[in-house]
Amino acid sequence: MRREDFPILDLMVHGKQLVYLDNAASSQMPQQVIDRLVHYQNFEHANIHRGVHYLSDMATTAYEGAREKVRKFLNAKESREIVFTKGTTEAINLVMHGYGRKFLKEGDEIILSGLEHHANIVPWQMLAQEKGIRIRVIPMNDDGELLQEEFAKLFNANTKLLALTHVSNALGTVNPVKEMIAHAHRMNVPVLIDGAQAAPHHRVDVQDLDCDFYAFSGHKMCGPTGIGILYGKAEFLEKMQPYQGGGDMILSVSFEKTEYNVIPYKFEAGTPPIAAAIGLGAAIDYLSEIGLDVIEAKEKELLDYATEKVKKLPYVRIIGTAKKKAAVLSFEIEGVHPHDVGTILDTEGVAIRTGHHCAQPVMQRFCVPATARASFAFYNTLEEVDKLVAAIEKVQEVFG
Amino acid sequence: MSEMRALYQEVILDHNKKPRNWGAIDGANRHAEGHNPLCGDHVKLTMNVAEGKIESIAFEGVGCAICKASASMMTGAVKGKPVEEADLLVEEFRGMATGSLDPEQSHLGRLKVFAGVRDLPSRVKCAILPWHTLHAALHSEESVSTEGASDPVPGE
Ligand SMILES: Cc1ncc(COP(=O)(O)O)c(C=O)c1O
Repeated sequence: MRREDFPILDLMVHGKQLVYLDNAASSQMPQQVIDRLVHYQNFEHANIHRGVHYLSDMATTAYEGAREKVRKFLNAKESREIVFTKGTTEAINLVMHGYGRKFLKEGDEIILSGLEHHANIVPWQMLAQEKGIRIRVIPMNDDGELLQEEFAKLFNANTKLLALTHVSNALGTVNPVKEMIAHAHRMNVPVLIDGAQAAPHHRVDVQDLDCDFYAFSGHKMCGPTGIGILYGKAEFLEKMQPYQGGGDMILSVSFEKTEYNVIPYKFEAGTPPIAAAIGLGAAIDYLSEIGLDVIEAKEKELLDYATEKVKKLPYVRIIGTAKKKAAVLSFEIEGVHPHDVGTILDTEGVAIRTGHHCAQPVMQRFCVPATARASFAFYNTLEEVDKLVAAIEKVQEVFG
Repeated sequence: MSEMRALYQEVILDHNKKPRNWGAIDGANRHAEGHNPLCGDHVKLTMNVAEGKIESIAFEGVGCAICKASASMMTGAVKGKPVEEADLLVEEFRGMATGSLDPEQSHLGRLKVFAGVRDLPSRVKCAILPWHTLHAALHSEESVSTEGASDPVPGE
């Protein structure tokens, strides 16, 4: 599907046609987004919100236009609920600082899940250490699904935040976030959702989910690196403290007193990555034109096909077998370390990720030091899945 | 395929499957642990050094084939050798793996099978980890972890 839009997919590596199956780490960029970046640099670039000149107006309009595209993409109520960050990681750190540091105190508790990426663990641990906060973890079953009964038991009067991934990057598990958010809200607990692996692959409606915060990255959804989004309900963003100080985030400054700007600008200190934000807007246009439903269906087809084929190899164990899964296939080849798998696949042109996927607690849960992970995007093909399987067979040939 | 075979040679696959000097030495007077936090490789080295000579050496841990074979062949290469000779091999092995030393100009002998890693930057650390751990064990009184700052990464 529209493979020709992605020039990088024509690349030859080690003399083989590239088979790019590391989309969960970072996706590739279509020509339309590349063109948008070039157009911006050639015809629209200046600093934003600052000049009265033509180019500054152009850049500001394009940048704010991108914010509106993100609002629509998430179905947020207002565009001032969309904060540009440099990625999911920064978005979560922003909430830790802006909300956590301001409102949480000693004795409070934060609930995380066992599926979290380090980006949604470490900031909360930093806060916990600083304040004397307790972190509680939702356990999972052997398929990599969170245990809902255990989840409900973790709440008490001290619970002040639930920070939860929408989709696991290590296993692909899609969490029932809507129900979990509803439960947290019944307990008066606000919820942050890490949507890094969800936003690129299926439709996200933050009003329907009713999450209080939603974070994701541009580079995992055909956009540039260096740009990400924090969605926050206006009522939350307004009461939070700024994350960084500097230009653009203030209304007035004197040495006696500084008055902060309104949201979202309060959280966007300094010159932002303007081109990257506009590129993200273009990526959203691109994905929306194809349709998130079409993307989801195509990726499901790829995952189902790959799962079925890999299951037939007796020396391969699939890790992460949740009923609802995104297009992530984590696996282990009996007796072969994932890094050796990765190197041999690479020499066949097949790019996958090996390692702990920044989710060491998940690795510990499944008693593996690391896994090999193939992750698919809508521009992948069934033939590429066949090449993956053939490369896995080659690993077995070498090590078997 | 040729590139892959260049690294995954029979001898490396064999040492991976049947590591030599596997285990831990009770009452060893030198020991060190090496971690590669990025990929979870973990080498635990124990040895006895007396009168400037490595009398016995053993290793255990988890790791990829490159790391394990490197550790296995390293223990074989330095067992019974004076510390200075082991030091020289550490230096030469690191030079070879990072491409700064032509293995033909070295004393590495059989260890030259690891020359292929220099073309795989992401795997250089796997091959070097055991050697780094050996260096730590030889030159400190107590056990050290090679995690973090002394991790043999960029530039090497
Ligand atoms: C689930 C999840 N959360 C957070 C992140 C961090 O994203 P970034 O590195 O773009 O900040 C990732 C990406 O690796 C992820 O997969």
